[in-house]
Amino acid sequence: MKDNMNKKIPYPVSDIIAQIRRDIIRMVTAAKSGHPGGSLSSADFMTVLFAEFLEQDPQQWKRNGKDMDMFFLSIGHVSPLFYSLLARMGYFPVQELASFRKFGSRLQGHPCVEYGLPGVHVASGSLGQGLSAASGAALSKRLAGDDHKVYVLMGDGESEEGQVWEAALFAAHHNAGNLTAITDWNRQQIDGPVNVIAGLGDLVAKWEAFGWMVLECDGHNLNAIRDAFRESLKPRSKPMMILMHTNMGQGVDFMTGSHAWHGKAPSAEQEALALSQLPETLGDY
Amino acid sequence: MTNTGNKDTRSGFGAGLYELGSRNPSVVALCADLTGSLKMEAFAEAFPQRFFQCGIAEANMMGVAAGMAVTGLIPFVGTFAEFATGRVYDQLRQSVCYSQTNVKIAASHAGVTLGEDGATHQTMEDLALARALPHMTVINPCDYNQTRLATIAAASWEGPVYLRFGRPSVPNFSPADGPFEIGKAWIIQPGEDVTILATGHLVWEALEAVRVLAQKGIRAELINIHTLKPLDEQAILASARKTGAVVTAEEHLLAGGLGELVSGLLARHYPVPMRMVAMGDGFGQSGTPRELMDNYGLNTAGIIEKVCELR
Repeated sequence: MKDNMNKKIPYPVSDIIAQIRRDIIRMVTAAKSGHPGGSLSSADFMTVLFAEFLEQDPQQWKRNGKDMDMFFLSIGHVSPLFYSLLARMGYFPVQELASFRKFGSRLQGHPCVEYGLPGVHVASGSLGQGLSAASGAALSKRLAGDDHKVYVLMGDGESEEGQVWEAALFAAHHNAGNLTAITDWNRQQIDGPVNVIAGLGDLVAKWEAFGWMVLECDGHNLNAIRDAFRESLKPRSKPMMILMHTNMGQGVDFMTGSHAWHGKAPSAEQEALALSQLPETLGDY
Repeated sequence: MTNTGNKDTRSGFGAGLYELGSRNPSVVALCADLTGSLKMEAFAEAFPQRFFQCGIAEANMMGVAAGMAVTGLIPFVGTFAEFATGRVYDQLRQSVCYSQTNVKIAASHAGVTLGEDGATHQTMEDLALARALPHMTVINPCDYNQTRLATIAAASWEGPVYLRFGRPSVPNFSPADGPFEIGKAWIIQPGEDVTILATGHLVWEALEAVRVLAQKGIRAELINIHTLKPLDEQAILASARKTGAVVTAEEHLLAGGLGELVSGLLARHYPVPMRMVAMGDGFGQSGTPRELMDNYGLNTAGIIEKVCELR
């Protein structure tokens, strides 16, 4: 693990992850809408990234990313995870999570910059655009002589978008060695399993063929996740893709592995059942 | 106002961009395999570190520019107007406008005056698309000098800008040193009888129309609306109050263009009889710029005809 500036996190990462999973269920249930499935599948590695690797001071976060790592969320629909993570890391008050998807909230259904929410560099929600923006930021950092890293989270279903592959060509062609993309490879999308809807085939071979360094990782194994992110810090001339093998809805038994929970809110009974499987570690918002 | 020699407006963009290169180290340029067509070679050769060839992948280019703008750079993104709007509308909407990124869209080869390439490349809808986007500033300069000045002005204007220009060599007549101010209409010729509001390549045609009308005893007021958004409402309303009749002229579809923009303004504040020189519902075709302008009535005769309809 590298020296993590200004991060004074008094809890074990596993506790933060457990609480974030609770937040996700409670936020989506309260809003009666939102996307729990992918939020739960990305929770483990995203929390490790933010807690242990991303060089950012939550209190000093700047939209221009100067002198810090930058993170871009391309799959804006996992906003419950993103907001909970940001709040639990101290970017904004945890209590604000109660406003998710409500009128007048900074926590819009999909993340945006209009209301100045710390942690958000660009709006996302319409899929396929985050890797392009992250590539632009990575080249800007290189131009400025700033050796901080740029990360972006993408989805496997999202990778059906053509722009993803335009960006894949671009980042490799321009040797964006400071760029690390992560794909939450949960194998589910709204209409069904990815291989039924529009199969991606050999995703490892695809990214390698586009000129990327590719790592595969068990996206629910914290030590495997740490190993992958450590690898991403080594000097290189190619952009890196970390393919995280995950389960849609991880952590809640009746949601796990099912596309049905991509974008659906639990009922009150389902919420209670889900929360009974998720310990309250840091205190609910 | 005299023609100091025909020049293409895209070269005005290239000249302005090159000047910005030395003036402002934050200015970077991106192009989707059209560096020569956009006249971006001078910038690319002088500032290779700040020039990014994106290949034929416009959607990615818009996103890359947005990411660069987030970090404080001022990206100028060059491609044909059709690919700078229709092809990438969702990217413009989410990554550029909704994300409030300081991206400058340099949209060349707009309109039927693109000529021989035909309707696939002749966007006549782009101003409507661009101006519908929240936060987007929309500029359609009239000649080489104005395009150069608009390019330079766009760099110091906060927020996304759609800068539209064209391919053909056309009269260069506006003053080289301006004044040019985004959002401020240029009153080229004061008059009393009718207001002509013209933008882009139609401004020279309107100037010729004003000369012909003067010989008929009609004193037309000619105003150049180079900025469609924000629109100089005060200048337009003041002129409408003075003349009581307005004709608009643009190289664009009627749908969503300058004419509809002005008619909406007048309907809200000061309705006067009005006519529009614009293209009806349809696509262009191959031909020389002159043949096409004449075919669709986007010319001096078309403007005179509309003015006379109001008399």
